[in-house]
Amino acid sequence: MPKDSGIGASSKRREDVRFLTGQGRYTDDMNLHGQAYVHFLRSDVAHGLLNSVDTSTAENMPGVVKIFTGVDFEGIGGVPCGWQVTDKHGEPMQEPPHPILAQGKVRYVGDAIAAVVAETQAQARNAAEAIELDIEELPAVVDMKAAVQDGATKVHDELTSNLCYDWGFVEENKPAVDAAFEAAAHVTTLELVNNRLSPNPMEPRVAVGDYNPGTDESTLYTTSQNPHVIRLLMGAFVLGIPEHKLRVVAPDVGGGFGSKIFHYVEEAFCTFAAKACKRPVKWTSTRSEAFITDAHGRDHVTKIELALDADNNFTGIRTETYANMGAYLSTFAPSIPTWLHGTLMAGNYKTPNIYVNVKAVFTNTVPVDAYRGAGRPEATFQLERVVDKAARELGVDPIELRRQNFITEFPYATPVAVEYDTGDYEGTMSKLLEMIDRDGFEARRAKSAENGKLRGLGVNCYIEACGIAPSALVGQLGARAGLYESATVRVNATGGLVVMTGSHSHGQGHETSFAQVVADMIGIDENMVEVVHGDTANTPMGMGTYGSRSIAVGGSAMVRATEKIIAKAKKIAAHLMEAAEGDIELKDGQFSVAGTDKSVAWGDVTLAAYVPHNYPLEEIEPGLEETAFYDPNNFTYPSGAYACEVEVDPDTGKVEIKSFAAADDFGNVINPMIVEGQVHGGLAQGIGQALLENVSYDENGQLLSASYMDYTMPRADDVPNFQVDHSSQTPCTHNPLGVKGCGEAGAIGSPPSVVNAVIDALQRAGHSGVTHIDMPLTPSRVWAAMQG
Amino acid sequence: MTQVSMTVNGKAVSGDVEGRTLLSEFLREDLRMTGTHVGCDTSQCGACVVHVNGDAVKACTTLVQDVDGAEVTTIEGMANADGSLGVIQQAFQDHHGLQCGFCTPGMVMSAAALLKDNPKPTETEIRDYLEGNICRCTGYHNIVKAIMAASGQDVAAMAAE
Repeated sequence: MPKDSGIGASSKRREDVRFLTGQGRYTDDMNLHGQAYVHFLRSDVAHGLLNSVDTSTAENMPGVVKIFTGVDFEGIGGVPCGWQVTDKHGEPMQEPPHPILAQGKVRYVGDAIAAVVAETQAQARNAAEAIELDIEELPAVVDMKAAVQDGATKVHDELTSNLCYDWGFVEENKPAVDAAFEAAAHVTTLELVNNRLSPNPMEPRVAVGDYNPGTDESTLYTTSQNPHVIRLLMGAFVLGIPEHKLRVVAPDVGGGFGSKIFHYVEEAFCTFAAKACKRPVKWTSTRSEAFITDAHGRDHVTKIELALDADNNFTGIRTETYANMGAYLSTFAPSIPTWLHGTLMAGNYKTPNIYVNVKAVFTNTVPVDAYRGAGRPEATFQLERVVDKAARELGVDPIELRRQNFITEFPYATPVAVEYDTGDYEGTMSKLLEMIDRDGFEARRAKSAENGKLRGLGVNCYIEACGIAPSALVGQLGARAGLYESATVRVNATGGLVVMTGSHSHGQGHETSFAQVVADMIGIDENMVEVVHGDTANTPMGMGTYGSRSIAVGGSAMVRATEKIIAKAKKIAAHLMEAAEGDIELKDGQFSVAGTDKSVAWGDVTLAAYVPHNYPLEEIEPGLEETAFYDPNNFTYPSGAYACEVEVDPDTGKVEIKSFAAADDFGNVINPMIVEGQVHGGLAQGIGQALLENVSYDENGQLLSASYMDYTMPRADDVPNFQVDHSSQTPCTHNPLGVKGCGEAGAIGSPPSVVNAVIDALQRAGHSGVTHIDMPLTPSRVWAAMQG
Repeated sequence: MTQVSMTVNGKAVSGDVEGRTLLSEFLREDLRMTGTHVGCDTSQCGACVVHVNGDAVKACTTLVQDVDGAEVTTIEGMANADGSLGVIQQAFQDHHGLQCGFCTPGMVMSAAALLKDNPKPTETEIRDYLEGNICRCTGYHNIVKAIMAASGQDVAAMAAE
């Protein structure tokens, strides 16, 4: 029987009521008294010397309050990078400054040059058009491999080259890996591109800065996944505002997918300008502006090699990847192709020798950072594609080749420095095979053929590292922040609770699922628990939501805080019933004395805590409020097996997804309805990457895909109904809920099975020379591949 | 500036607007009804869909002067008279047809327009109709399910093929 409340129940989302009635409160819905508007004048060339910015005409335009240029930010720090990667020689990465407004040079189309603050948005826009720029255009650096050639134009003159770092992982393993390849019976090689994407949450970014001269306090309202991180980065590293004088509020946020993790220059600008102009300053991004300012994702060019012995056991993996950083280092950019990518290269397989090389490269393009999955989709795609290619080269079943090489014993320490605590890869594969009726495939293929279509079946596995992250470990790896999470549980006198969490919900439904956990622990109605998030003024310092970390890390902090609440409440209950504390049991919101019929209700205890008339004040403080910080001691490792069936139209190359099945292991599940919704959304983004989406630059660094007319978002008729299953559960061993996280799985796991399915369809139809097509698999690319 | 008057969710409203003022701007900035969202600038995403004289239109590409005198319905006008969720809204909650909520107003307004013209749409008809509404969170699966349920059809029958 499905549960109807608490952990494991598909409780309906309480936040939906406001979203369905137009009562959500997103950042752009706010207008502060006396607010002015900013419009950013942005570079329309990819690379150039900024000889002059003449604002004299614009300053006299109607409604102009003040115009800012790079000069106003001389001596003020740029936005910082939060992760320092050390290269294979032990040297730190090259780290250029990232100014708020361009200083002497523009480095990508979209780089902010000037900011016009005016009475209305239209007046700000009009005045920006009257600013005269003298930009001496320089050759644009776009292609990564050309960018690292000797003599290439440099994006940053002060750096030695366009190479940010050349990372080897694990460098000491390299001789053993090379030896494995020398001894291999078979080597499969694949060169591929992991296409550049734009995250595209439906709500464009917004920032509203406010300053109170009476208290010298600044407030920033912003579309962020992690308001505390923004407060720390902006306060300490950019504007020099101590945290107690800076409040950051991220109210309802319309999706993030990683792109709203980062500290952006517009946030710092609005906070700075509000103080300078002595009035609130608001910026609302247009969608066109989002394409040229929101950090992009992926953009890897990779060569992967897989070595196998004569029995088809994997013996070695060797990769070389060029990873695009764009023009500046976004907040977590250096960590994505390294620690979130190299560490996942073992996948679900017991390959003893692995070496990963990553060259991170500066180019005259928008900065690249985390996008749903962040490094793990890139690792999964190359690994699952090369395994599929190896199966075809060896003439063996791609599922059996995977099964033969599965890791089967846990914990398992990989050669790429992580230890999987639990998993059951055979379990998720068996579940997948139950779901997809593989035996019926030939009949479906024959039916497709009758309709003139080529049908293919693609399968893949995935593993990801979530629950980011043990602070001590990531500190050793270069993180400049801790990655714990926090929660304060405040019990009110009449028994209701407020959970104040450092996690942030921007679609994940924490207000519902977090309440389910706390209500379940105490045995009270979910509606007695309110979840507060998104405001540094009323939540404890927390690191926010990304990397599928909220329930695993934030949820664990909340469990720890609730455990403290229960422990104290039991002491109070013991006093009320004149019993020993050790004899008190809590069940269904009632405290009872074991072996007796004595009991007091939850509400009696909470009232006693706040009305301490008959209360052991010498032993226990009044009140019932506890805070916990939780720092995980390992990552969590969700895994799964996915399958896709496609039909290819041989005349046009158009690919249609006929079915998609996902068998996931997320450990324990709090709200199955929400978990399934997370998987659905991830699958659509992965299918979008595989078939539709592509950020495209021309050789001059002009962005060709800067609107929904040019960048193909998945629409309702591009995706099928999904079959999803999360009944294979190997609970996480090191967090109190046994949860692993589910937010990114769909996006990580789905691109390889789509591509594997298309290759399968083409090879079955006799196009045996087609062993790979780069994403997105547009009709023209697929058609061209079929022409040989 | 020109004066415009219209009925929004059954209430008479008016305001002074510029020639370039869009219906979405009038609703959000002048009337402070922020349920209608703007997610793009090329009339593609559909977060701004409202009804004008019963037809679904994109408020971000409608000049407010062109709807002078019209009857406009927005997401704020979709609940039942007692404030409870309307049938489509309730189906979206029951079937988890929304996550971040940003595209949701447009999805609900488009769904209402579809069901008015086609009370029992097939799954394919729903997917085709939603071509002008982009959602980045749900993968559309549960939106389609919610619209099927709102039309009184059996959602358990939704199959993979």
